[in-house]
Amino acid sequence: MTTKLKPVDVVTVGVGLTGTILAKELADSGLKVVGLERGGWRDTHPDFDMPHAHDELRYARRHELMQDLSRETLTFRNAIGDTALPMRQMGSFLPGEGVGGAAVHWNGVTWRFLPWDFETRSRTLARYGAGQLAEDCTSQDWGVTYDELEPHFDRFEYLYGICGKAGNLKGQIQPGGNPFEGPRSRDYPNPPMKTSHVGAIYGKAARELGYHPFPAPSANMTRPYTNPYGVTLGACVYCGYCERFGCEMGAKASPQTTVLPVLMKNPNYELRTLANVIKVNLDFDRKRATGVTYVDSRGREFEQPADLVLLTSYVFNNVRLMLLSGIGKPYDPAANTGVVGRNYAYQTNGNVTAFFEDKVFNQFMGAGALSMMIDDIDGDNFDHTGLGFIGGGWIGAASSGARPIDFHPVPSGTPRWGSEWKKAVSRYYNRAFGITTHGACQSYRGNCFDLDPTYRDAYGLPLLRMTFDFRQNEYRMSDYMTKKAAEIAKAAGASRMNVNPRTGKYSIVPYQSTHNTGGAVMGADPKTSAVNKYLQSWDVPNVFVIGASAFPQNGGYNPTGTVGALTFHALEAIKTRYLKQPGPLA
Amino acid sequence: MSNRRQFLKSAAALGAAIPAGAAAQTKSDHDKQHAHNMRQAAAAQPRPYMFLSQDEVAFLDAAVSHLIPKDELGPGAKEAGVTYFIDQQLFGGYGSMARKYTQGPWPEGTPQQGYQSPLTPAAVYRAGIRDTNAYCQKTYGKTFGALARAQQDEVLKGLDGGKIELEQVRSPFFFNMLLANTIEGFFADPVYGGNRDKAGWKLVGFPGVAAVYTSFIEKHNVPYKAQPVSIADITGRLAKVDEYGHPIHVMLDDDQAGA
Repeated sequence: MTTKLKPVDVVTVGVGLTGTILAKELADSGLKVVGLERGGWRDTHPDFDMPHAHDELRYARRHELMQDLSRETLTFRNAIGDTALPMRQMGSFLPGEGVGGAAVHWNGVTWRFLPWDFETRSRTLARYGAGQLAEDCTSQDWGVTYDELEPHFDRFEYLYGICGKAGNLKGQIQPGGNPFEGPRSRDYPNPPMKTSHVGAIYGKAARELGYHPFPAPSANMTRPYTNPYGVTLGACVYCGYCERFGCEMGAKASPQTTVLPVLMKNPNYELRTLANVIKVNLDFDRKRATGVTYVDSRGREFEQPADLVLLTSYVFNNVRLMLLSGIGKPYDPAANTGVVGRNYAYQTNGNVTAFFEDKVFNQFMGAGALSMMIDDIDGDNFDHTGLGFIGGGWIGAASSGARPIDFHPVPSGTPRWGSEWKKAVSRYYNRAFGITTHGACQSYRGNCFDLDPTYRDAYGLPLLRMTFDFRQNEYRMSDYMTKKAAEIAKAAGASRMNVNPRTGKYSIVPYQSTHNTGGAVMGADPKTSAVNKYLQSWDVPNVFVIGASAFPQNGGYNPTGTVGALTFHALEAIKTRYLKQPGPLA
Repeated sequence: MSNRRQFLKSAAALGAAIPAGAAAQTKSDHDKQHAHNMRQAAAAQPRPYMFLSQDEVAFLDAAVSHLIPKDELGPGAKEAGVTYFIDQQLFGGYGSMARKYTQGPWPEGTPQQGYQSPLTPAAVYRAGIRDTNAYCQKTYGKTFGALARAQQDEVLKGLDGGKIELEQVRSPFFFNMLLANTIEGFFADPVYGGNRDKAGWKLVGFPGVAAVYTSFIEKHNVPYKAQPVSIADITGRLAKVDEYGHPIHVMLDDDQAGA
């Protein structure tokens, strides 16, 4: 009972950060593009209007902007051989749902990965030798270099209006910026954010210890900004409600505030919401996609033929659709063969909460990416000889809002409830802040995705199964980074501190970050990558799989800037080469 | 003492929510008085519980008064309406596990795998309260709500640490849900029935719904003490707002600001 629709040139599965950019550019070039989004339409007005948009219970605790898990979730286990069980409620990460995807409720921290990140394996081997990598580590080079991606980072940063201070302009180190970043061709389009009290004392303490603090690159606008598409974003008012919320000011870069206003006016583009894609259809020899099949909100099943299929949803769904559709060989961790599901990685976050007796911070003020950071302990910016790990991450102190259900820190040793707890909450709510140690995560043979044998989604299809745990490399790195963070907290004058490096088994319960990566990784070798350096499927060349699903391992940065750069990198290859001669690009 | 402070203090003494825009003199006195009367009338009506039985209300009133007690710092969870908040949550989508994955099978799993109960939160409370009362009856000859405070404290610690075994739910699972919901009810916007008179926000000095801090963010180490503003203050036009709907805060004097 499938209705076959009129063919189009391009279909995007998912209408978030990557899907909107690709659709806009391809529709502009004259192609007919259909965007399929399983969630609903939403926009700054009326969906994010005051006062309802900034309701902590509704959005931060009940996750109104996030994925409806009653229809589809994933299952999770720590190790091959354990029984995976469904993630029944949100916890460790918060995938979005609806137009704009997770780029509606993100904080807005927008980095470029380091040149080193794109060549993790070869540079590690060159500098330290094979002994530095764990035997089961499957981290690899990306097949693309920082220099190749630089123009695409630049395009994304100007599209999303990123606010920051360059640290390296064409090789010249700039005071006040991040001296460790790769060379950039020009400065950020907007100046950095204001400095909060937390940022000021963290920056001062870090500088005294010899580090190089700088304001985090931010997608929260520091002034009204009109991007190259002619879309104007508002200025951030430091209201303190970014992550998990929409922005009433249109001041947080998102598809709604950067691309959709022009995309929706393009007659070559059609958006279909509440349209859940269940399969990419392949022709008889499985070398060409013929389109996708989706189910709408009335339960009707449609086949949408398309010449080009762009998988542009979150990491999980990109990988799951490949597995459900038979695109590429599924990964087998026992034999270490196959590619789809390989190299799932995450973020290794630790933290220090610093308590003060003589300072107040007003941490309810702020913005998602309002943060002072150091990058000295990231990537290979420091000598790892003898440390027993590779990688690192940024260490920073944020003023990103202090909504009291989730933020009411108390010194360790305080009871979890009762009068003493209440006194400590009252005492320290305004006299404490957190320092995050935002660590990278290497990829390993046993950390992967496949299809769950037991649990199914609302359409009767198998859920994606995640197998994941941290390894020695990550524990050592987190311990090292978090000790450095504690030294900074001490130098800042903290009277007490809670020091929490990442320890123990990975748990899907507490929130850590929505920085899931891999599963459809890119590379130069089809034996170890699902997509080539242009994010094109090796096996089905008219399918491109766009997003952090392509990261072979995760760096010490928030992924969005690099996702944006990969999007423009793939787009350029599609426009300048693929469309002229459809077929494998590598 | 200024007239404004007298007004604020007397309004607080009556137990009324303080309209955040009251001191801004932007609406006519008549309108303000009318709104004030409406709120008083609404506050005076007993709140209808939709899910909890009277026994369950007695249990939760007692339990939440231990988790966040009333003390010299101000009202506790019971006074802030947290029992009613929990009732409303259990009656609504949260209680029935809306937008969460509910298909079986349901093995208990590992702690890393999180919530794996076949029970919805509403059913967890129902079972947890019944089983805890049964334990109290057996051990002390009384239900939880009728125990002395020291005994109640002992029982809650037993649930928290898992020393008390319940028949249908793991006791820490029930306890952690109760604690999380109590903290939610104490700090969530008052529109959900808890955080009455913004007791939770006043305890920590949280100004409520989003406001414009563009200039204040750079005033370092200066306390920002504002009358907190809730969603209903804005929708009920009790707070003065800017063109985007952000409240224009009424600042408090030092001795009114609590923490």
